[in-house]
Amino acid sequence: MSRPVSHGGIIILVSFAVAFILTMLPVPDNLEVYRPEWITLVLIYWCMALPHRAGIFTGWTVGFLLDIHTGSLLGLHAMTLSIIAYLSYKLHIRIRLYPLLQQSLIILLLVTLSQIIVLWINGITGHAPNDWSYWLPSLTSMLVWPWLFYLMRAIRRLYGVN
Amino acid sequence: MSADHRTHMLSGVRSLFSLVIYPLQTIASIPTDMGLWLDVQFNSHQSLITENETRRTENLLLKAQLQKFTSLQAENIRLRSLLKSSRKLSDQMLIAETIAVDLDPYKRQIVINKGQRNSVYSGQPILDAYGIMGQVIHPGIPSSTAILITDPSHAIPVQINRNGLRTVLYGTGAANYLEVQNLPNNADIELGDLLITSGLGGRFPEGYPVAVVTNIMRDPGQPFAKITAEASAHLEQSREVLLVMAQENAPQLLSDQEQDETQEISQQKGLPVLSPREESSTHRESSTLKEATAHE
Repeated sequence: MSRPVSHGGIIILVSFAVAFILTMLPVPDNLEVYRPEWITLVLIYWCMALPHRAGIFTGWTVGFLLDIHTGSLLGLHAMTLSIIAYLSYKLHIRIRLYPLLQQSLIILLLVTLSQIIVLWINGITGHAPNDWSYWLPSLTSMLVWPWLFYLMRAIRRLYGVN
Repeated sequence: MSADHRTHMLSGVRSLFSLVIYPLQTIASIPTDMGLWLDVQFNSHQSLITENETRRTENLLLKAQLQKFTSLQAENIRLRSLLKSSRKLSDQMLIAETIAVDLDPYKRQIVINKGQRNSVYSGQPILDAYGIMGQVIHPGIPSSTAILITDPSHAIPVQINRNGLRTVLYGTGAANYLEVQNLPNNADIELGDLLITSGLGGRFPEGYPVAVVTNIMRDPGQPFAKITAEASAHLEQSREVLLVMAQENAPQLLSDQEQDETQEISQQKGLPVLSPREESSTHRESSTLKEATAHE
């Protein structure tokens, strides 16, 4: 994960911390279902932009902490985000070349996939939400992606993270 | 994952890593805290005085009631010692504050700012000023996660305050709404009935209000009535919560009683037993008391 020339690791950490805070930030109940999957988005961005820095292990660690926070089955998000990290690592050269719209669609696909995995495991072990609004985060994640992408790229270039 | 699902081996790991999450949670709750702080700061002097005044009268009233309660409690202990039956009488409380963070929107859970360093343990009941809120599920070191009674995977043994009919109250996942799923259509339950903890699970202390029945649907085609209840506790608003501290031998007691309770529940699922437990026991008490005085 780390290379001798790489620097700016603190920026990656901070970006994940901000993603966590955005995930925890209390919002009114009826808005809660629209919350984008910030952590997944940030993870995909780093896997795509700096595949030599962020990867499956990053996905696992972040997912593990998310499990601790949400009180879900320990390893549920860890596994899901590992898979997402793996896929975005595999696809990163392709995603980079796509126009933003197409990127957003890939994001929709990836976030939906992560939600399917979470739903699947929740369904096996306990109570899965039986509600269409469960899928809203993938849509909002897709809509948020272009802005997040530009913001993250600007931050990455500003601080020279590589 | 299966290790976490089947066993409790990973609870130590969970509580350790909650140390990492805790600062983030604290930061995330800052906006809400700020809001509350500003609310207090910009409150007018006059309204603070009025609030103080109401609190003072309320305090006086409560203290007056408490005087009566002390003598009643003493009487209760005396009567119970005559009966040679014991009951946990006083519950020690610890005040905790909720941390304003959102967890999974499809679960009903809260984070409180007390953890293992304040000897919070898994399964510890949580109350607010109005009733039972839930129980601790993941005690971390600085903070803990608690499950509310409205969570879809939560069930609490209750009894109807009016007649002592015991049943189990399930969470629905919707805010403040609970369900009684296993009472037959002819069960003696009415709108507005107060459901209190029966203490049968050994986990929740006995006699605390849990919910009020708000809707009963008796469909003759269905084996069980569809009963919904609204939680008495202010589950979505309470900022301060009370943690009930159990006696030292709690864990042992718990496992025994838990077994009893599961049997109880399985019996009840088929045919709920109407048992005015409270009433009969008070009858017995008075009769024993008469005997006792007669002996003297």
